[in-house]
Amino acid sequence: MKKTKYHIAVTGLNNTDNPGPGIPVIRGLRESKDFDVRIIGLAYENLEPGIYMPDMVDKAYQIPYPSSGMNTLLKRIEYIHSKERLDVIIPNFDAELYTFIQARERLQKIGIQTFLPTMDQFEERQKANLSQYGEKYGVKVPFSKTITHRRDIEQLKDSFEYPLLVKGKFYDAYLAYSAEQVNSFFNRISAKWGMPVIIQEFIRGTEVNVIALGDGLGNTVGAVPMRKQYITDKGKAWGGITIQNDKMMELTRDLIRKTKWQGGMELELIKTNKNEYYLIEINPRIPAWVYLAVASGQNLPEALVKLALGLNPPPFSNYEVGKMFIRYSYDLIGDISQFGNLSVSGEM
Amino acid sequence: MSFFLKENNSIPNQMEKLEYERPIINKVNAGMPDKFGMSTRVPVMSHIEEVAIKDIMDQYGSPLYVISEPCIRNTYRQAQKAFASRYPRVQFAWSYKTNYLNAVCKIFHSEGAWAEVVSGFEYSKAVENGISGDQIIFNGPEKSKADLERAINDGAMVHLDSLDEFYFLGELAQNLNKKAKVALRINLDAGIYPQWDRFGFNLENGEAWHVLTRVMLHDYMELLGLHTHMGTYITAVSAYAIAAKKMADLAIRLFRKFNHSVKYLDLGGGFASKNTLKGAYLPGSDTCPSFDDYAEALTSALLASELPPERLPLLILECGRALVDDAGFILGRVLANKRLVDGRRATVIDVGVNMLFTSFWYEHDVLPTRLKSEQTENTTIYGPLCMNIDVIREAVQFPLLQRGDAVVIPRIGAYNMTQWMQFIKLRPPVLLIDEDRKVHLIRKQETYEQFNAMETIPEHLKT
Amino acid sequence: MKLKRNIAISENGFLFNPETGDSFLLNPIAREIVNFLKEGNDVADVKQLLFDRYEVDLVTLEKNLEDFLEMLQHNELLDR
Repeated sequence: MKKTKYHIAVTGLNNTDNPGPGIPVIRGLRESKDFDVRIIGLAYENLEPGIYMPDMVDKAYQIPYPSSGMNTLLKRIEYIHSKERLDVIIPNFDAELYTFIQARERLQKIGIQTFLPTMDQFEERQKANLSQYGEKYGVKVPFSKTITHRRDIEQLKDSFEYPLLVKGKFYDAYLAYSAEQVNSFFNRISAKWGMPVIIQEFIRGTEVNVIALGDGLGNTVGAVPMRKQYITDKGKAWGGITIQNDKMMELTRDLIRKTKWQGGMELELIKTNKNEYYLIEINPRIPAWVYLAVASGQNLPEALVKLALGLNPPPFSNYEVGKMFIRYSYDLIGDISQFGNLSVSGEM
Repeated sequence: MSFFLKENNSIPNQMEKLEYERPIINKVNAGMPDKFGMSTRVPVMSHIEEVAIKDIMDQYGSPLYVISEPCIRNTYRQAQKAFASRYPRVQFAWSYKTNYLNAVCKIFHSEGAWAEVVSGFEYSKAVENGISGDQIIFNGPEKSKADLERAINDGAMVHLDSLDEFYFLGELAQNLNKKAKVALRINLDAGIYPQWDRFGFNLENGEAWHVLTRVMLHDYMELLGLHTHMGTYITAVSAYAIAAKKMADLAIRLFRKFNHSVKYLDLGGGFASKNTLKGAYLPGSDTCPSFDDYAEALTSALLASELPPERLPLLILECGRALVDDAGFILGRVLANKRLVDGRRATVIDVGVNMLFTSFWYEHDVLPTRLKSEQTENTTIYGPLCMNIDVIREAVQFPLLQRGDAVVIPRIGAYNMTQWMQFIKLRPPVLLIDEDRKVHLIRKQETYEQFNAMETIPEHLKT
Repeated sequence: MKLKRNIAISENGFLFNPETGDSFLLNPIAREIVNFLKEGNDVADVKQLLFDRYEVDLVTLEKNLEDFLEMLQHNELLDR
């Protein structure tokens, strides 16, 4: 029987040394046994490698940054939709999620499905709210406090032991061993990311991650735990391996059950020497190492598309332990005419 | 470079000429977002409430302010409906300092708003605009003897800001042998930054409770309400839920101790408008919560509290910005185009920061009123003042306008017509478009004579 | 006033400077000017050609053309 062909738009084609999840998502989709795909790449920048990689996108369009407003972005997507008849969009950038979550109904109205967390789910897991999040859902989280004044630094010794982490509300984290160091990180972070600054208990241990997909009703459709083997100077995994870990799986299923999480997610956990697991961050989207999950038997991008289309995929019950990924870089050769065409027309 | 036309080479025939646009060249920055190739349209605003901007400017010149009465009324009704459909007793009080042009205030009053004033000057305006004392909320750190006596006599709601003011008001009321109607301005931690702690009395450290007790025991004061105003441009609706809960708890505690029910809870204002703050990643139009969002959070917290349903206090809101920002526009013209040393385009318009104070914290849209071409260039937009700080937009993709072309800056109704400065130039006129699309002059262009008339020259400097 | 040699401009207004590796986008009238210059026209000729073709007054055209040539210069596309 001929397979149905879905038209799927994917962002995050920045397959750089700090890669977006777009290309691994596309690889997963192309390997689907149940459907065919036409992949429409959506790129913000004209040098996103995914645009130029062979056999990845069937067609690429430039889209305006979310900072230019939801209406501007949606107008562009409507135009692309008129050419491509999109079935599903899979956004993969942190910075665009807010806008796509907000645009869900408007996209649905023109026949484009997404499968993203709700705005409440998205907002509640923000870094600055981690303490409340842990309390609400019964997950261990590092003790943390937000501060807005330098004068609060002196009192940190009452509730923290050094070293501690000083974090920006969006990005950046520094380990500080003294109040003087907190002071200097506080200045640096507040200048860059604004207030508040987050002070967090430093948990010693090994970082482990779980990729998971929730169906929005409390069920875990798939989940694969991974341990990073090598981390770049940007803090990104350059190699990782799937592991067997019931505790992590139980923690993930429990969290998805309680939050009714919808869509892809990545849990960043610290495992301590005492075999306790602390949640340090939830990324509300598919992570860039998703292809490891695909290769170990859970095609989560495919399942996500099925969920978006209301096809009720059966949950995955297994994955292969000991599968590894090793990232590499590779120089593609392009031509100025490709670059020129994309720059002028915004399409390629 | 020679720039003379060859005289023998005049127009060859009567062929139809092509529409002209300025030639431009934009560098392609690899990796950077490039709007140029993407046919993002620059929005054009040719009319305000169906009135052609060209007609307005032909008659009244440039620059000038325009206010839309239909927009004010629509916005007010949306806000009113959002709250009144969720909570049985709601009252808005128009925040005078946001825009105290009499015509604007009267529109709000005609919709049912009370007046919230923060000076004797604003108080006089409210009275002039037909508001009776018992519908005036008198806020702010500075209230003179005369101001307070008038408020006591009128039965206005005096919102106490400091302990000094508490004693001062008590003394005046005693002298007049009248009970002053008061509320306490309270500052509290609702989880937002910055936490305003300079106005009123702090809740968490017990100061507010301490002063409340004193007010309750005072012979010449009647406690009508509790008031808080957490900040400005607050996009976190959850903060209103926290504040409402804390205020409700305080009212309940007051009732338990003194068997006294406050008549109202005033949750202040601070709602965001759809303007985009500088440094914000997403535009305000995407992140600004709706009145329904604010109302849902705030009223849910009140209704979920232990406030007895049969004695729910009146909910007062003092919104300013969110009610009037969208209704104001500035119209101006391009004075000059320039090229900066780094190759960037600079466009100078006749609207400066002296009349657009909010450009210090907002990324205001500057829109053309007509457009011949879709092309844009990265442009800095300067005002006309001979001052380096006079920048309306640092960097914006702006269309190719020529000298004399009109521009509109929408969403400027809040604070600009009160914080404006007579600096270098005189303040421009303000127009109002009414619901029948008729245009009224509601504030005249200031004149040289008016300003000079304020000054006197000492004898020794005459001649 | 000459355009640098080897400058390539495509039909759709994409200009590539092989000497520096810079790329540019031009609107149609700008592309026309570059092509006129490439064909060896001097500035006065170019202005006349544009004035004949477009609905524009002379002062505006002069201002805009001057500005455009400055931008070509700024972007190192001219041999002066």
